[in-house]
Amino acid sequence: MITLTHFLVVSACIFAAGMYAVLARRNAIMVLVGIELIINAAILNLVAFGRYDSTHYGGQVFAVFAIVLAAAGVAVALAIILNVYQHYKTINPEDIRDLKEK
Amino acid sequence: MESILFYCFATVAVGTSFILVSMRNIARALFLFFVVLFAMAGLYVFALADFVALTQILIYVGGVLVLLLFAFMLSNKELLNQLQAGTSHFFALPVWQALTVALLFLGVLLYAALQFDRHEPQWIAAAREAGTVITPTDRTVQHLGIHLMTRYLLPFEVISVLLMMALMGAAHLARKGGQT
Repeated sequence: MITLTHFLVVSACIFAAGMYAVLARRNAIMVLVGIELIINAAILNLVAFGRYDSTHYGGQVFAVFAIVLAAAGVAVALAIILNVYQHYKTINPEDIRDLKEK
Repeated sequence: MESILFYCFATVAVGTSFILVSMRNIARALFLFFVVLFAMAGLYVFALADFVALTQILIYVGGVLVLLLFAFMLSNKELLNQLQAGTSHFFALPVWQALTVALLFLGVLLYAALQFDRHEPQWIAAAREAGTVITPTDRTVQHLGIHLMTRYLLPFEVISVLLMMALMGAAHLARKGGQT
């Protein structure tokens, strides 16, 4: 029998990996991948706790909602990244300094 | 047998995600992300959420990953000059600070997870006593469908409206980019 602690430890490791990617990478696409890793860790927790709720299935329903929200977020974020790339010719978040056109 | 398979999937997911975030080549990292997503789908199956696992494979592997690869190929110039070290550190911290923050988070989360057995929430104990735990023989997809159309109908509709807004917004952003 796999206990909740196993799932919690795995999702903690994946959350830390995603956190590192968000903070350290110098590429907007890799930052996005880090955010996806964090969302996946959260979904793993939702699903693991949802196993104890067979009357309402709250965990699994909201895990599906979270996946859909993450997909929508990625679509918008990639549109923004491509626009930024067209404008600045880079997707390094450090090089993007001005909000307004000069 | 079950726990051996679980440990295999967990090792693949955690190890691959650690390799992924430390890899310099973005194309390889994206293909490793593919492996992580499949291993996570396997872990969802162990939590008895087979529909969520299938949704993960369909949406993430089929949609999100293809989008990420697409964006990576459209901004391919980064592959050449990413080896240049950045000079300013406005958004991204230096690597060792990010590593420290991530390891501190990992430590706190692991501490909380290992303490969890002694402070189990009451609703979990109540569910275990009342027998309302999902068992492997439950027909989860059928229950999920019924609950999605009855109890969770309002969140479902809100999510569908939000998804439409997000898709229209993405299309609008992409179109404006072509004009300027």
